[in-house]
Amino acid sequence: MAKLIIDGQEIDAPDGITLLQACEMSGAEIPRFCFHERLSIAGNCRMCLVEWVGAPKPQASCALSVNDLRPNPDGTPPQIRTDSPLVKAAREGVMEFLLINHPLDCPICDQGGECDLQDQAMAYGVDTSRYAENKRAVEEKYLGPLVKTTMTRCIHCTRCVRFASEVAGVEDLGAIGRGEDMEITTYLERAMTSELSGNVIDLCPVGALTSKPFAFTSRSWELRKTETIDVMDALGCNIRVDSRGRDIMRIMPRIHDDVNEEWISDKARFIWDGLKVQRLDQPYVRRGGRLEAASWDEAFASIAAAVKSVGPARMAALCGDLAGGEEIFALKDLMQRLGVNNMDCREPGLALDDRAGRAGYLFNSTIAGIEDADAILLVGANPRLEAAVLNARIRKTWLAKQLPVGLVGEPADLTYDVRHLGAGPQTLKELAAGSHKFSSVLARAERAMIIVGSGALTRKDAGAVLALAARIAVDCGALAKGADWNGFNVLHRAASRVGALDIGFLPHKGGCDTAGILEGARSGDIGFVYLLGADEIDTRLLDGAFVVYQGSHGDRGAHAADVILPGACFTEKSGTYVNMEGRVQLARRAVFPPGDAREDWAILRALSQHLGCTLPYNTLEELRGALYGAHPHLARIDVIEPGDPAGLVKLANGSGKPGAAPFAPPVEDFFLTNPIARASRIMAELSKLHRGEAKGTGTDG
Amino acid sequence: MLSDRDRIFTNLYGLHDWRLRGAKRRGAWDGTKGLMARGHDWIVDEVKASGLRGRGGAGFPTGLKWSFMPKKSDGRPNYLVVNADESEPGTCKDREIMRHDPHLLIEGCLLASYAMRAHACYIYIRGEFIHERERLQAAIDEAYDAGLIGKNACGSGWTFDLFVHHGAGAYICGEETALLESLEGKKGMPRMKPPFPANVGLYGAPTTVNNVESIAVTGAILRRGAVWFSSLGRPNNTGTKLFSISGHVNKPCNVEEEMGIPFRELIDKHAGGVRGGWNNLLAVIPGGSSVPCLPAAACKDLLMDFDSLKEQKSGLGTAAVIVMDKSTDIIRAIARLSYFYKHESCGQCTPCREGTGWMWRVISRMAEGRAEKREIDMLLQVTRQVEGHTICALGDAAAWPVQGLIRHFRPVIEERIDQYAAKAAGDGARRVEAAE
Repeated sequence: MAKLIIDGQEIDAPDGITLLQACEMSGAEIPRFCFHERLSIAGNCRMCLVEWVGAPKPQASCALSVNDLRPNPDGTPPQIRTDSPLVKAAREGVMEFLLINHPLDCPICDQGGECDLQDQAMAYGVDTSRYAENKRAVEEKYLGPLVKTTMTRCIHCTRCVRFASEVAGVEDLGAIGRGEDMEITTYLERAMTSELSGNVIDLCPVGALTSKPFAFTSRSWELRKTETIDVMDALGCNIRVDSRGRDIMRIMPRIHDDVNEEWISDKARFIWDGLKVQRLDQPYVRRGGRLEAASWDEAFASIAAAVKSVGPARMAALCGDLAGGEEIFALKDLMQRLGVNNMDCREPGLALDDRAGRAGYLFNSTIAGIEDADAILLVGANPRLEAAVLNARIRKTWLAKQLPVGLVGEPADLTYDVRHLGAGPQTLKELAAGSHKFSSVLARAERAMIIVGSGALTRKDAGAVLALAARIAVDCGALAKGADWNGFNVLHRAASRVGALDIGFLPHKGGCDTAGILEGARSGDIGFVYLLGADEIDTRLLDGAFVVYQGSHGDRGAHAADVILPGACFTEKSGTYVNMEGRVQLARRAVFPPGDAREDWAILRALSQHLGCTLPYNTLEELRGALYGAHPHLARIDVIEPGDPAGLVKLANGSGKPGAAPFAPPVEDFFLTNPIARASRIMAELSKLHRGEAKGTGTDG
Repeated sequence: MLSDRDRIFTNLYGLHDWRLRGAKRRGAWDGTKGLMARGHDWIVDEVKASGLRGRGGAGFPTGLKWSFMPKKSDGRPNYLVVNADESEPGTCKDREIMRHDPHLLIEGCLLASYAMRAHACYIYIRGEFIHERERLQAAIDEAYDAGLIGKNACGSGWTFDLFVHHGAGAYICGEETALLESLEGKKGMPRMKPPFPANVGLYGAPTTVNNVESIAVTGAILRRGAVWFSSLGRPNNTGTKLFSISGHVNKPCNVEEEMGIPFRELIDKHAGGVRGGWNNLLAVIPGGSSVPCLPAAACKDLLMDFDSLKEQKSGLGTAAVIVMDKSTDIIRAIARLSYFYKHESCGQCTPCREGTGWMWRVISRMAEGRAEKREIDMLLQVTRQVEGHTICALGDAAAWPVQGLIRHFRPVIEERIDQYAAKAAGDGARRVEAAE
């Protein structure tokens, strides 16, 4: 504790915080540009100058630790003034310097309305300029298809540079030149190679870095802001969807320290153009081999006829990656009422199930828990692509304490040092047997983490691999030491998965799993398949069956469908999602679904009536009542219901012989993992760029 | 006037052998082992008692600086870094030491490092000093070969390694923390203080950065005693000092003199006087380009040391005396310095990055007279907005020459503006006539 007097008010500041934070604690507002809580301190903008009574010069409060402030010679606490004439003069001076070479083109600047420079110039600046010379002009830079530059506006706070090198872990951005000729640029003007590059747009306190896809489309104050969550990966990043009228204009991160801090991946941020195209906006029924527009009644009648002719034993339902808890619950309910046992929420071959309890499929250490870890073993995982923001958290931990990270699987650049231990199950066996070098690292660790990714879990021998991973976790003491620590983690990549597993959207009473359903459809054993937004399957296998596709986009599933029921995207409905660590979060509606499309639970409710087994809920509240009744933990929003680690011991004792094949890379194309992303032009462009097909140049776009 | 027997830099002009043999004949490396045997703290105390103030410009007491270094290591090594990035316009003293008396510096490095319990010392030498670098390296190699440094330096049992690193010629890398950044292989941008280098310096370890001259005089101080050194000069401004006299004097030169020597004596005795006689003196920049200039009137009884120049609102700086006679266009001269600072600003913090360019542009117009009189006060205000608001002292260094100009030569600027306005009005009238 450091005692300070700030503007006459005595406060006790916790050790290690900066003077700027202490001033904010006391209620004083300190303007700043370069300072950012999640980045290193640069101290270069000089906007946060305060007066330390007795010091010869004003002090940059962002760079001064409260512990560095000496008490006065008479023993009284150091006095800080944030409202003195000296401070006012200093702020006005710095603001004037910032503005002399700034173009002052607010009317044509996309940052207008949410610009730190604009706001602080209003609060701390003067109303006229004394600068009569020519202003500096700086050439635009090419930073890729996402970030638009207007470098003349740059105030050289270097937040973007620090973000790239510290959080994103890519040395792409830097400053060249010196003095007033200093310019921020990428090396040789190549696009940034980070999945997190869009965050520099939010970090930029001025209009130098703005969103290229959003450019000149609207003003921030015209937008309706809806606080919701992202479903592009299983992290459940907190986002804010900005919409105007019926259109979603952009997506921004919200702060949630335990999930995404304040970062989101480029996929989460720039997906929005995919929400507007390829949309299913009315029901379709296949007649004579062609999908034809139909009314809801016709579509339902067609489904009812098929259900009647096929019978429940030959029916099946699959749930896709983006479905919310409500519709999963409603579909399960409907299928059970119809007597259907063949249902699954997992991609083909995924070995996770609820037999070991929730601990068997959760990211048990929690996302924030990564920062407590002191050794990490990645099994068939590429967190950079499976959950980019989570990867930044691992990097943050690695930067803070250089923790050892081992990887079994496909080698990849994860932005931190990774020891590549091996390619497949053989190495896992060595680790489980304790004969591998890394075993001792894990054993020594107080809080070891085993992170199992989809590369290890979607294969024929996945059950055995999962058991091996659990065995390593149990043996190396990732569970035992520290009662509050559970080091077994499953890295999911689909937003719906944990929720669907919680709800138990799994084969019943000997029913088929996804692979079985697909095989059954091919062989003719299954004659009716209900796809709830399920696109990540080989739909060619479904040719023989009657396929109902309920979803938002005309993607793979819709192409194979006999009846299409147009559903809503995650931004168009209120839905419950459970992220990979088991945190329950609500997505909220920002806009209405297009055309005849409806919220998914309502479609299922209407269909149930046509099938003669009406679901007993007429409103979302009634549905939620039933859902919460069956799964009480889903009612506790933003709370993690921890899994019982005892289940892991059971899991570890699982049998099965792992194969020899190396783990495949878990994500083939980061930018094209779901129907919304595949509909997005921006994602297509990024995908192309990252595959090296399109070489961006300064004259491009 | 300094008597010959009190001179430390006895080969300042390179008239004698710079190699180890010659240096030893002049007294270097004499009894170094014995000096070291008297202990780390004895050296620090002796330097403290000598009153030596840093010769790099700021004049911070050297012994006090050394005493900030941790006496017990927490696992990190201590480092001494010698700032040989001599780039201050007008200054050319350190290069003479490295060229002609490199062994004084090397011995000083050993003694200072030993005093601060450092086993390694880096000399960061300015990129343009190629010949100096070669000679210094040759001298270091000689010292290694003679067992004076390296393992068991001078037979003292102390291991000491000395490295020469050359910069790339950026003025800002002479700022101590920017120098450390550059030495670490990063872009030369000053660090924030605190933490000070004595806490967290080179590679995160406790570090002291000293000027070449401060280190090179250490051997002489220890050999001849603190009392001898402090008997020279004035109280709080003791010892001898290298002055670099340039500009409008008859014989520009480097000279070692006692601190506190009257300016007039310095110029007349060593530099052959002001070109065209004392009455032809216009102004003097007494301590390298960063300190405010002084008009001739202030120079009459001026003493050349830290405190008396501070009283005159200038500074001793590096003791690079730039003399300007009445043929000088003082506004243009200062405008040129402003350009230098604009060019050398690292661009890290706002006031310096933006302010140096602004000052240069305004003062360049003033040099032509293409300005308005109210802009003089505005310019002065801009300098005040830069001064003291930046991470390092380059902001101050850029502001002071302009402040000095306005303080002493405001009438000259006003006159220039009037001339320009009159000429412009005349030109305008002629154009109107011609048009009619």
